[in-house]
Amino acid sequence: MQWEVVIGLETHVQLKTRTKIFSGASIAFGMEPNTQADAVSTALPGVLPVLNREAVQCAIRFGLAINAEIGRRSVFSRKNYFYPDLPKGYQISQFELPVVGRGRVAVQVPSTSSGQAYEKVINITRAHLEEDAGKSLHADFHGMTGIDLNRAGTPLLEIVTEPDMRSAAEAVAYARQLHELVQWIDICDGNMQEGSFRCDVNVSVRKLGSDKLGTRREIKNLNSFKFMQQAIEYETRWQIETLEDGGSIHQATVLFNPDTGETRAMRSKEEANDYRYFPDPDLLPLEILDTDIEAVRANMPELPLAMKARFEQEYGLPAHDASSVTASRGMANYFVAAVSALGGTHSKDAAKLIANWVMGAVAAKLNEEGRDITASPVSSQQLAGLLGRILDQTISGKMAKEVFEAMWAGEGTADAIIEQRGLKQVSDIGAIEAIVDGVLAANAGMVAEYRAGKEKAFNGLVGQCMKASRGQANPAQVNDILKQKLAG
Amino acid sequence: MINSSLKQIAAALAAKKISSVELTQGFLDRINRLNPEINAFVTTDAGRSLAQAANADALIARGEVGPLTGIPVAQKDIFCARGWRTTCGSKMLANFTAPYDAHIISQFDAAGAVNLGKTNMDEFAMGSSNETSYFGPVQNPWDRSRVPGGSSGGSAAALAARLAPAATGTDTGGSIRQPASLCGLSGLKPTYGVCSRYGMIAFASSLDQAGPMAKSAEDLALLLNVMAGFDARDSTSLQREKEDYSRRLNQPLTGLRIGLPQEYFAAGLDAGVAEVVMEAINQYRKLGAEIVDISLPNTRLSIPVYYVLAPAEASSNLSRYDGVRYGHRAADYTDLSEMYCKTRAEGFGAEVKRRILVGTYVLSAGYYDAYYLKAQQLRRLIAQDFKQAFSQCDVIMGPAAPGTAFKTGEKTDDPVAMYLEDIYTIAVNLAGLPGMSLPAGFSNGLPVGLQIIGNYFDEARMLNIGHAYQQVTDWHTRMPEGL
Amino acid sequence: MAERYGINHAIIPNIALKFKTYTLHMSLTIDDVLRIAHLARIEVTENEAQATLTKLGGILGLIEQMQAVDTAGVAPMSHSQDVTQRLRDDVVTETNQRELFQANAPAVENGLYLVPKVIE
Repeated sequence: MQWEVVIGLETHVQLKTRTKIFSGASIAFGMEPNTQADAVSTALPGVLPVLNREAVQCAIRFGLAINAEIGRRSVFSRKNYFYPDLPKGYQISQFELPVVGRGRVAVQVPSTSSGQAYEKVINITRAHLEEDAGKSLHADFHGMTGIDLNRAGTPLLEIVTEPDMRSAAEAVAYARQLHELVQWIDICDGNMQEGSFRCDVNVSVRKLGSDKLGTRREIKNLNSFKFMQQAIEYETRWQIETLEDGGSIHQATVLFNPDTGETRAMRSKEEANDYRYFPDPDLLPLEILDTDIEAVRANMPELPLAMKARFEQEYGLPAHDASSVTASRGMANYFVAAVSALGGTHSKDAAKLIANWVMGAVAAKLNEEGRDITASPVSSQQLAGLLGRILDQTISGKMAKEVFEAMWAGEGTADAIIEQRGLKQVSDIGAIEAIVDGVLAANAGMVAEYRAGKEKAFNGLVGQCMKASRGQANPAQVNDILKQKLAG
Repeated sequence: MINSSLKQIAAALAAKKISSVELTQGFLDRINRLNPEINAFVTTDAGRSLAQAANADALIARGEVGPLTGIPVAQKDIFCARGWRTTCGSKMLANFTAPYDAHIISQFDAAGAVNLGKTNMDEFAMGSSNETSYFGPVQNPWDRSRVPGGSSGGSAAALAARLAPAATGTDTGGSIRQPASLCGLSGLKPTYGVCSRYGMIAFASSLDQAGPMAKSAEDLALLLNVMAGFDARDSTSLQREKEDYSRRLNQPLTGLRIGLPQEYFAAGLDAGVAEVVMEAINQYRKLGAEIVDISLPNTRLSIPVYYVLAPAEASSNLSRYDGVRYGHRAADYTDLSEMYCKTRAEGFGAEVKRRILVGTYVLSAGYYDAYYLKAQQLRRLIAQDFKQAFSQCDVIMGPAAPGTAFKTGEKTDDPVAMYLEDIYTIAVNLAGLPGMSLPAGFSNGLPVGLQIIGNYFDEARMLNIGHAYQQVTDWHTRMPEGL
Repeated sequence: MAERYGINHAIIPNIALKFKTYTLHMSLTIDDVLRIAHLARIEVTENEAQATLTKLGGILGLIEQMQAVDTAGVAPMSHSQDVTQRLRDDVVTETNQRELFQANAPAVENGLYLVPKVIE
């Protein structure tokens, strides 16, 4: 039997405001428990919510970034349920009228052993503003649970997709893309360890070709892409095996255990919930005017897709390169700064060279050290300094690799390292001629072979010339002069 | 001074005929003597009150005097007042000390008024007789075997027994106007959004509104001047220019068009009450007003609509009382769910639990459209009735309650009968309009209130209308004998 | 029945009429009461359930008369004023008041509110 997995995501994005969504308490992470639980976050009797302007602007920003309809009149509702980290006994969220309507995100799904890379458009159903809950700390307090309300009231944008994804790879690619996007537009710090970006994944399976959705189970609170991949793969296998064994799937909320690699149903969510949504009478309808939207638009950074298209056009970058250097805001900033530092007449060549280096040596080092590009020891300016020396033929590409390693190790600028190590490429014709003459004299056998028609011998002679110059001779010039002399 | 107007008291304080400390002590003495039976106050704190009074005296000595400087005000125990026990009439909050001030409390503090104590009330303001209070029923000073009305019954009884010269109340479905009517007082529920709800413990957020209770319309105006005003901490607080609610008190009533809704005078209104109300309206005719017959056809729906919307909002508003961060927590439980269920079963009284259950039911899956949504649609029809009516008249008059004060215990077993007490007041809350009750006479020795309903933000005009009446009548100066 | 309390039905004829018709909201069952009570986290014992059912039935009977009115096309009204949400500047205005707030708490340790063990 062939099965198809159907996946939809609900992502909770903590917004990068200073204060809570409905009160003026700080949302700084990692503070002493309950020191940021102000009267509103503690749900003291008589307190009332007032909406944070910045949170609304973040939501509009996101809506513009995914080309979505912005809800001109959206409504806050109460989602009622009891839980100790939900101090009011209800969560203020948006139900019928969300602030962001339908939109779309184009996702690059990377190649795998079994298939090529491809692009897929994931449809966003909606995104709405809501408040985060506090935290339950299960460390043992004499058999009790401790409640910290510092996080309660942190602004969240919950982004909901259509059930558009058909593999763990697609789901992870979407989540990664979204993760980059919310940082790109500067509405979220993207810190997954601190819970700034958390995914709930709805997984169901159905017989391939069926147009009816299977019963879904929701994997809650995944805060790493690796776990997401593992959790979806496990859950998919489990559902298929259950069905193939003649069992059935019941709607459930499950947790992923990274230690066992398995999912299990949550006990606290066993009972069917009846959230009794109704419009929050403490809040009025949120009206968003054209002028509000235009004000946000005016401050929007150039979005990745627009930037990619521009790079293709302006610098003639191949699509793949343009995608790679716009994969994150940090990457794009780095690339743009390097291009502008190199700039000048050969900007197309420069851009392509920079793209190669950013995708190549820089990415490899960052990857190896688990660093983000914003923390690269070689700044975009410094990289431009290095690549400038390739373009003006001071050093060869091969020498540049050596210089780059030294720069990464903190030995100084490209020029200083080239100087210090005496790596300057020799381009003086007289000097190169002298070297070539010496090599030809010393390798009469190879010369004879070449003249007898053995082309390979030529490469051997070039190698000898480079060796004699300790790698500093300009290889192109060596080629030319060698050919002239052998022909002569 | 116990029967003096706020203006007279302020003049005596300014002239140093009496100090605020003496005045406050005088009222505290009366409370000590009479409150054990009347039960109008839940909490007094002589130390705090007298300290405030001493501060007020210092202000007066420096000549920094406002209309309420040094005047003791009884605060309904629904307002959080920092350092004061704030119970909302519930066992749930019987030991809750408010860590912050409600906007209303800050406003009175800033005006130099003295917090005389916290008054008894129906639990979480749910009731029309003050019998649902965890702290016991309140006696009506006019007949101690009868209820003072509710939910602001403690404030009403305190004023009627002259235990305080002024008080605050809140009105979700009639909780200022009905007790004012039953205790022979003046009480005003302003337009929704005029007084901040910040720090006022929520019952039904879209209906709750604070307002003053006092002997006269003139006193109400002085109190409302302090209570009203924009507060950024309440999203429903309205941004309007500050107004002086006393400014129109002495205007003539010539040409005033008073609408009498036929639905408020249909057969069945207690005959004695009807007679008193009609006599008051006659008085207005003499003052130059013109009477217009109007109709509020959807008024009959206001009780069912209210008993969907108010419990729905309340069921959610009261979820925070879970025994986790403050308030009552059950002593015996085996797990979290049991802790919640027992805490809430023990901490809430019968009427509050009933309303939470009704509210939970009408919001639950499958019932929302039939109940909640329907009620919200009808709410609009009820509000539109008033809009229509105000195209024909300036104010609407009628009874505030269908009868006079009833016997304690008479309706406690029949919630529906109790709910009908608010038949004339609830529609005003649903529409968000201002409403007022004025003492208009007696029926069988018990006070009867005249209700005046104004258009949005017409409080100053309504107070003018009340004041004009009180210039030619003395009902508002009457007080029970033997106190 | 309301006469007993001095209220004449004639004043509110429809309420009186419907009140008689729906003295008990027929569709509400003991199971419903227990389900609602659990949703509201209010313990209702088996003994109390019948009495609660009767009282709730009376209230729901009163409410039921709304259904007689056609409200097709009427916009629901959540607020009495047609105003929109005011927005707050994103500025920290609150300071740590943990000790003051926790003075009211039934159980705290190390600054945390304690509750019976939560099982996820």
